[in-house]
Amino acid sequence: MSWNFFFDPRTALPRIRDMLANTQTSSRRTPDGISPQAHPVLAGPVKFAGRRCVNDKTDKTSLWVDEMIRVRDGRDRTAFAALFAHFAPRIKGFLMKSGTDATTAEECAQDVMTTLWRKADQFDPTRASVSTWIFTIARNRRIDMLRRDRRPEPEELTWGPEPEPEQSAVLEMQQESARLVEAIAALPENQRKLIEQAYFGELTQAEISQITGLPLGTIKSRIRLALDRLRHAMK
Amino acid sequence: MTQTHIKHHLDDATLMGYASGTLPEAFNLIVATHLSLCDTCRAQALAYDAVGGALLDDAGSEMSADSLAQTLATLDDGFDAAPVATATGDLPAPLLNYVGGDLDSIKWRPVGMGVKQAILPTSRGATARLLCIPAGTAMPDHGHNGKELTLVLKGAFQDDDGYFARGDIEVADKDVQHIPVADIHEDCICLAVTDAPLRFDGWLPRIWQKFARI
Repeated sequence: MSWNFFFDPRTALPRIRDMLANTQTSSRRTPDGISPQAHPVLAGPVKFAGRRCVNDKTDKTSLWVDEMIRVRDGRDRTAFAALFAHFAPRIKGFLMKSGTDATTAEECAQDVMTTLWRKADQFDPTRASVSTWIFTIARNRRIDMLRRDRRPEPEELTWGPEPEPEQSAVLEMQQESARLVEAIAALPENQRKLIEQAYFGELTQAEISQITGLPLGTIKSRIRLALDRLRHAMK
Repeated sequence: MTQTHIKHHLDDATLMGYASGTLPEAFNLIVATHLSLCDTCRAQALAYDAVGGALLDDAGSEMSADSLAQTLATLDDGFDAAPVATATGDLPAPLLNYVGGDLDSIKWRPVGMGVKQAILPTSRGATARLLCIPAGTAMPDHGHNGKELTLVLKGAFQDDDGYFARGDIEVADKDVQHIPVADIHEDCICLAVTDAPLRFDGWLPRIWQKFARI
């Protein structure tokens, strides 16, 4: 299963040419990325790492799959340590942007990485990138922590005997994930900020409206524009 | 138990809210139930998760020096995996825990005009209810003060927006005024989720609403 469908039901295999085109687009952006101080809602002691080295990160994305498979199939602690070094700070940053204090965020980041180890057998590189899979664990951990709204999961699909995943499908997922990172980085700042607030800030659109003073309609249309751009970029 | 002929799907805002973890429990429940039936929306939900994954790549902070050692020390402590429910009858898996069984376990209460409901235990902020509408019966004409999602589990209903059969979900907001009518062939069982009371036109339904908590 791929999430191609969301972006364009007609999409077949990813095209390297398009990836390059997207890289060129994003390289025209100012390299500074987003300044937390400029955005009260996002302000906090959180560093924005990595936006300057998109290509470097793209290469790493596929590496993490190898580490993850070594954890899953070989219970490899060295590979786990490498995943920890990369992802634990990011999970902590994600939780701090949601308003969690640094100590709690650090504990939760450790919990999330422990869950990654224990549930590694559920990782399917044809369905999600390592970042995406970790994001879902971190999101669920945040929901547990707030103890407010349970979030049931859909029924697990049973595919019958598990075939060995095709390497091309694994590669496709990683490439598309890398393109998505670039497409989000290339969004106009006011649109990207809203997407970040929706995911990190744990804010509803109405709450974003109250905090920013922007009309709800403006927020909805900016998010819609952002999603349209992402879909277009992923064609 | 995927359905192949689903025509009415979830909206972007709800799918994004499910991925970002910002929905009230009742909405999470109806999304999970619809995704259990609808491959199209399931694929979209994965895409919204991927947006979260892409954003995670850009977040960053620093961990304390001994955090890796602490984590490594606890990796193999015992833990219990949560049991996973599997659907065997008409109700998709996410609903089974809320109902305590399949359709025959639902504790229906009459709310008038032959309609029955069962309110499911969820957090405040939104209400999830199962509705059983007798075949051919019309629900009272109503509008919405907030958002109403209605997912068909059995039978079908029709309103101005179209024909909704098992797996179809209707997304209604403040602009939608409708009179859903259950299909004549069998009773229609739906999961309906609202984040604000409905707005009824007739005075009788308005009084009835107070008692039925609709």
